[in-house]
Amino acid sequence: MAQVDRGWRTARGRRRWVLPAAVVGAYAFLYAPILWLALLSFNDSRSVSTFTGFSLRWYAELLADRQVLDALWLTVRLAASTALVAAVLGTLAAWALRRPFRGRGLWSAVLAMPLVVPEVVLGVSLLAFFVKLAGVPLGFGALLAAHVTFSLSFVVIVVRARLAGLDPRLEEAAADLGAGPLTRWRTVTLPVLWPAIGAGAAFAFVLSFDDVVTSSYLSGVGGTPLPVLVYGQASRRGVSPEIVALSTSMVVLSTVLLVVAVLVMARRARHLDR
Amino acid sequence: MSEEPRETPARVQRVPEPSGVPAVELRGVTRSYADQVAVRELSLRVGEGEFFSVLGPSGSGKTTLLRMVAGFEDPDGGAILLGGRDVVGVPAYRRDVNTVFQSYALFPHLSVWDNVAYGLRRLGLRRAELRTRVGDYLELVQLAGYGRRRPHQLSGGQQQRVAIARALARRPRVLLLDEPLAALDAQLRAQLRVELTRIQREVGTTFLYVTHDQEEALVLSHRLAVLRAGRVEQVGTPADVYERPASRFVAEFIRSSTTGGSNVLEGTVRTVTTAGDVATVEVAVGEGSVLAELPPNRALRRGQPVAVAVRPEKARLYAGEDAGPPSGWSRVPVRLRDTVYTGAATEHLVEVVGAPGALLTVFTQNTRRAGEAEPGGGPVLAGWEPRFSVLLDDDPSGDASSEPSGAARPPAAETGLTPGSAPDPVGVTARSDVR
Repeated sequence: MAQVDRGWRTARGRRRWVLPAAVVGAYAFLYAPILWLALLSFNDSRSVSTFTGFSLRWYAELLADRQVLDALWLTVRLAASTALVAAVLGTLAAWALRRPFRGRGLWSAVLAMPLVVPEVVLGVSLLAFFVKLAGVPLGFGALLAAHVTFSLSFVVIVVRARLAGLDPRLEEAAADLGAGPLTRWRTVTLPVLWPAIGAGAAFAFVLSFDDVVTSSYLSGVGGTPLPVLVYGQASRRGVSPEIVALSTSMVVLSTVLLVVAVLVMARRARHLDR
Repeated sequence: MSEEPRETPARVQRVPEPSGVPAVELRGVTRSYADQVAVRELSLRVGEGEFFSVLGPSGSGKTTLLRMVAGFEDPDGGAILLGGRDVVGVPAYRRDVNTVFQSYALFPHLSVWDNVAYGLRRLGLRRAELRTRVGDYLELVQLAGYGRRRPHQLSGGQQQRVAIARALARRPRVLLLDEPLAALDAQLRAQLRVELTRIQREVGTTFLYVTHDQEEALVLSHRLAVLRAGRVEQVGTPADVYERPASRFVAEFIRSSTTGGSNVLEGTVRTVTTAGDVATVEVAVGEGSVLAELPPNRALRRGQPVAVAVRPEKARLYAGEDAGPPSGWSRVPVRLRDTVYTGAATEHLVEVVGAPGALLTVFTQNTRRAGEAEPGGGPVLAGWEPRFSVLLDDDPSGDASSEPSGAARPPAAETGLTPGSAPDPVGVTARSDVR
């Protein structure tokens, strides 16, 4: 008995440092490059390998760069529009897929397709379809259509998960209390789904905000989203301090957006779930 | 909410005066899912202002019945009348009924106040009128002052009170309750049971209450219907159904909760004697003889197998040195199998000598202190008056499809519920005629 006890204790003792070490390692692997990048963005020198002193000059230069600001504005507009359109379409799709009907499995699978199709393929096919076949001009419209395409699945998945956990009695109770179908949807279903719709929209926003591959096929003249601009400049001129500062800003922006969205939604969801 | 016991006026379990039109009437209602029939040819009438329970085991169709009255489901056939008007096909939001769900189904995104106000806003109530009405009903369920809370901040019992207030605030013709206490623990259940009785008396609304809990149905209802496989087995006051079960199923379903004995004894008819206008039948069960009064509409032959039920508190046990039951009572030799102390009473489970498997539960009031002299040697005889024996129809298989012949089993509405008198106008038409 005592032996078993000791064996258990040593195993536990070993676990005491193995687990934290693994966690630290994993996080270092994930975030060290980004932290290094962030540090470099404050570097006084043009070098991207040695740190000589603290400076905000690269950020100042960014704010003066017309091209960067235009790209940022486009990206934000694009991400916001994508989030809105994907949220509306995705919620309707999730709602339609709630009740069983013939071929529901197939429809669900088809909606998830963009998750497994390689992005390069998606970009090429969207280019071929929207621009060459449908005649949509390159630029904002084509970008929006493309971004909605690949972010829609996320909204559908999140909203469907919430719908699955929704007590069907809630809508029955609303009907029982005199609410017709539209009132029911407006006063009960939608409010209960809000956290999921919001989370889905936040996902869509960030996906659109970060997208390079698909966007690089579809951006027109003068209308380049920020990630595409970064990619282009980095491949043409190498890693410059401006690019480093720009990249750092984007990471911060995406992170802040996602964290805020998740916090707000989680707060709402907590209120809704007993 | 006050959790401490409150004073409640004595409850009179009285059937309200039946007015002309029943609040709810079902006529030959049938509903099936895929290949399973949930409710078949069911007819029922619930009087205005009545607390009416539908009692049955799971799968007996009671929830389906309620959902059809609420309008969440439509019957395949038959008519559902609310205040005399057929509502089949009318959507739930246009029916003058409201439902209290087992899962409460409170709107999680709304405060308690807004939950109660929800149905009133749909009626077009605004401002002062709305405020007064919500306040009144929160007070009725003793949750005044809880209006700003969210449902998740309330206990289960409080949530169910909100659900009741929300449904009642619309002042529906009928309040439908779908096992509203099933999710609560035993103490809260007992408390809310008292509460429900008070609320029903205060508002006077017709309550249609669905439950699988026989005790709940007996305690709460003015009248109740026992459902079995989608049909009405018996309708009557709690006392009717308990003391004079119309069928073996009812006798077995409403039984002692502790020892679980059904107290149905199988035997054969030995003699039928008529003295004046009372016919008494003697049934041989093992080595004992059970005496029962024979209802005027029932004929029995000598040697015919028959089942007799007796309620556990009606029978008495006699020890070896006792004189035994008086003459003219049932007299059954028994052996003690088990004794369960339940506080107020002791439940004895005894086996009838000469009839293997024939078990009888007998309650003895614990008027003495536990451990004080039990009659020596344990019980050897059980006995009870003939009027406490209930002759059951021969439907021993428990199979719903085996319909007894008309002679052996008259329609439930006439079996002993109101002997000799015509069925109540707001009574029931339990269809047990041969299909």
